[in-house]
Order: sequence, then C-alpha cells, then structure tokens
Amino acid sequence: MEQSKLQALREAARQIRIGVIKSTNAAKSGHPGGSLSIADILAYLYFEEMNIDPANPQDPMRDRFVLSKGHCAPGLYSALANRGYFPVEELTTLRKIGARLQGHPDMTLTPGVDMSAGSLGLGISSAAGMALAGKIDGKDYRVYTIVGDGESEEGQVWEACMFAAHYKLDNLCVIIDWNGLQIDGPVSEVMNPTPHDKKLEAFGFHVISIDGHDFEQIEAAFNEAKAVKGKPTAIVAKTVKGKGVSFMENKVNWHGAAPNDEQCAQALAELNA
Amino acid sequence: MAEKLATREAYGAALVELADKYDFVVLDADLAEATKTIKFKKACPERFFDCGIAEGNMMSVAAGIATTGKTVFASSFAMFAAGRAFEQVRNSIGYPHLNVKIGATHAGITVGEDGATHQCNEDIALMRTIPGMTIVNPSDAIEAKAAVEAALTTNGPFYLRFGRFAVPIINDTPDYKFELGKGVCVADGKDVTIVATGLMVSMALEARDLLAKKKIRARVINMHTIKPIDKEILAQAAAETGAIVTAEEHNIIGGLGAAVTEAICESCPVPVIRVGMNDTYGHSGTVPALLEAYGLTPEKIAEAAKKAISMKK
Repeated sequence: MEQSKLQALREAARQIRIGVIKSTNAAKSGHPGGSLSIADILAYLYFEEMNIDPANPQDPMRDRFVLSKGHCAPGLYSALANRGYFPVEELTTLRKIGARLQGHPDMTLTPGVDMSAGSLGLGISSAAGMALAGKIDGKDYRVYTIVGDGESEEGQVWEACMFAAHYKLDNLCVIIDWNGLQIDGPVSEVMNPTPHDKKLEAFGFHVISIDGHDFEQIEAAFNEAKAVKGKPTAIVAKTVKGKGVSFMENKVNWHGAAPNDEQCAQALAELNA
Repeated sequence: MAEKLATREAYGAALVELADKYDFVVLDADLAEATKTIKFKKACPERFFDCGIAEGNMMSVAAGIATTGKTVFASSFAMFAAGRAFEQVRNSIGYPHLNVKIGATHAGITVGEDGATHQCNEDIALMRTIPGMTIVNPSDAIEAKAAVEAALTTNGPFYLRFGRFAVPIINDTPDYKFELGKGVCVADGKDVTIVATGLMVSMALEARDLLAKKKIRARVINMHTIKPIDKEILAQAAAETGAIVTAEEHNIIGGLGAAVTEAICESCPVPVIRVGMNDTYGHSGTVPALLEAYGLTPEKIAEAAKKAISMKK
C-alpha cells in the first residue's frame, strides 16, 4: 500500500475514533469499546472500499453496509459524518431527543444508514437479503456487514450464514469483529462462539482471518473477497476492544459506558485531537 | 350449500394471478405446500426463495430485500410468522416501515388435528401492537385475493391472516368492493351489532338468522381490516344499535374484541360481549368439533347477542 494512502486511512480512522469519543461523551451513554474496535475497518470501507456517494445516499447501484452489531452506531455515525453524509458537528447530538442519530442505526432518519439494525442477529440477515436482491436484479453492488463476536451467539447469525451460502451470495462480505469481549465478560467465558473461521467454513463461506487494525491486511482481505465467486466471504478480524484509547483497550467495562469529561479529554489527547 | 374454499388457497392463487401486474418476490420457510405459495413457486420460480425452517432469518431477509425497492411476501404459519419471528417483524420490518407483506396461514384453531402448538390465537394481538402494521383477516377466498392486491398497492408492512380450513364464499356479489380499513355492513339491523372477522363472518350471518326467529334484528359488520380499525362504522353501530358482539377465531384478549372495545369506549360506550377463544389453548380434533368445543358457533354468537341486549341501559 502506498504511504500516502496508508496515511489517509490512518487519519480517517483517527477522525472516526475522535467522533466516537466526543459523541458518547456528549450523550453520556453509548458503546465506545466496540466502536473503537471496528474504526479501522469502517475507515477502509467508507474511505476506500465501498462504491458510495455521500451526495446520493439512495443510489440504487451503491454498495451497502449493515452494522449488524448496531450498538456500535457511534463508530458508524462518525464514519458517515467524516465521509460527508452529514456535518461532523452533528455527532454530539447522539442519543438526544429529536436527533437523527439514534442509539442504534435508523435508516429512516440518518443519511447513509442502509438498514435499521441493532437487535443482535438481525442485521446480517438483512444484509443477505440485500445481496439476494442484487442477484435478482443483476446489479453488481456489494453488501458488507459487521457482526460482533458476542453477537454470533445469536442463532439467527447462523441461519443467515446458511442462507447466504445456499444462495451463493458472493456479493456479500461478512466481517466478524473478534474483539473477545461482551457485556458479561470475555466471550470465551460467557458463551464461547469460537472458532469462527472453522464454523464459517463449514457453513460454506470463504474465510479470511486478519488483524483488524492492519490496513494492509484489511485491503488484501477485501480484494480477495471480491475475487471469490460462488460463495460469500467472511473476514474474521482479530481486534482490540477500545483500540486507540489506552485506558479503554481490552476493558470489558468500556463496552457500554461513556467517557466523562476528564476521560474524554484524556482520550482525545491520546488521539491527538 | 355455498361453495367453500380456504383463504390460503386464494392467497396462493392471488400471488400467481398478480405476478405479471406487480413486481414482487415471495419467500417461504419450508411450508410452501401448506401456505400455497407453491403455486407461485411453480409459476415464477425465479421470484420464489425458500428460506428453510428459519422464520426469524426469513423476516430480516425480507426486510433487506425490501430496502432495495422490492415488495416482498414472506409466508409461514401464523404461529411462526407472528409468534416465532415477532421481534424480527417488529424491528427489521415494522420499525423501518418496509414493504414486506406477511402471508400468515393456518391461523386460529381451524388448523385442526395438529393441535395447540400450531393453533395461533395470539397473532392479531401481537401484530396490533406494532406501529404502522396493517392487519387484514379476510372472510372468504374472494376477500383474500382482494387483500393481497390491496397489500401490493399500499405502502408499508402488512399482516395478512389466512386459514387452513375451507370456508363458505360469502362475497360473490356483483357489487363487492374491497376497501382497506373500511368495515362492511353485510346485513343491517337495529337491536344489536355483530362485528365479526375472518371465518366468523359467515357464522355471524347464521347467528343473525337465529336471532331473527326471536324477532331480534342484528346488524352484521365484516371487519376484514383489524388495523387500522374502522372507528366510524363502530361508533355508528354503537349509537344506532346500542349493543355489540365481537366474533373472532382468536383469543378474546388483544384481538378484534379488544380493538372494537377500545374504539367503542372512546367514542360511544355500549355493552360489548366478545366471542372467541377464552384465553385458552386449543386442542387436537376435527375443525367442526373444535369450533363446537370452544364456542365458535352461530348459537354462541346469538347467545352473546341476547346478553349484550340485556345489558343495554
């Protein structure tokens, strides 16, 4: 990857993380941990991978994205705002009455949100539906969805995987955000859903395992996914919950807690905001 | 004896008949033979997708397809469409107000021998609480077909409730016209009003004949659209007849009886007696035996009408 491109992606991810911290701080609630773990993947998707136009968010030919782990809406909103779908200043309206930025994504309110989601397990099915619609219509758009590792404990995730493989949805790319933590503790202790790679392979996916914070690996994975025909691709991305903010990294209590003003200032300092 | 046909048969036939006129796809969850979407599958295989025995996934998939501008029919038994997949219907379809039309067959106890696990008497109650959901429970095959077309020409989520059991054709009149959200006064009367839905409409007409023998003149309203409910026709019936009976193949809690009572209480309060499943589960048996056992008969409706009249002030 060219150095300038890498720099641009890192900068996009940094801005996404800053938005996550500022918005959850302003909301006094929300889910920063899992938003930070997917920030690099979101940066690659919205600033490099997806065929999208912020000026035309309903373009029928656009690539689609479904945040199946919808509680990480602060990450999605920050990506959308920084990509130009709405003003970055609007991020601090998160979770407030009358705002367009709901606690979980709402496609009827927020420009750029392709599917309302957040009740775990539902988003991946809708992404599969979008991919099937693309096949029916002979349109060559692609559909991306991020599923949480904890979320994969939901049975519907596997129903959706069965469906996607059955209908050979090679225009669907499922990203598993394997940050290893869920509300009640480490996923390995709460209800171990691993190994994702072997399970997804058994369900008929082409599986790629990567470091979800390494842009070279992220790029290689998405390029590989596009070349796969006849089956959907799953990218199992090993990530760090809270990535980029030292005191949040790998700490389960930052799953669903907002930084106070002091913590916000410290986080922003670390992010050179 | 009037001709009989199950509303699920009309559903499958309507999908085929309307296939060229409208752009839609049909999903099912391994019940195409029973829901009768098999007819559409045979006619338009490229627009039919079986989702296997995974109703929750089917509903969210339907929502995803609908985001691309397509209308989607998603079919299963009422128990699994409204019951198993309630949350997917609520969050994936209802919340974003997507164009998914749920074709729920085998509603109520007329499922028959399969018994209580498959007899859904709670679906109307569940679907009624979802904002923006339109609910239609057709009274016969003619109305079932009209309901499918109304769903295709109206934006937003629909819950179409169909039965397994063959029921009499009652709408084969030259001037029949289906108007979504409008109750139909199928027989006039001044002493009491029977508001019925689905297969109970023909029974309500029989109950009217029984009452006529006792010089009681009953009005019968076919309430095919349960949500949004026709408040005007109900207020008028309450004001003009002073007593109301509801009749439905559903729990008396949360269904038509509840919807009518709510509307009446807020407009023109009069006595309301609800005929339906009395907050109980069904049982295996033949359909006639079940209807008799649970009091879903013209005789019970007539009895309820007399009681409602006796409660008039």
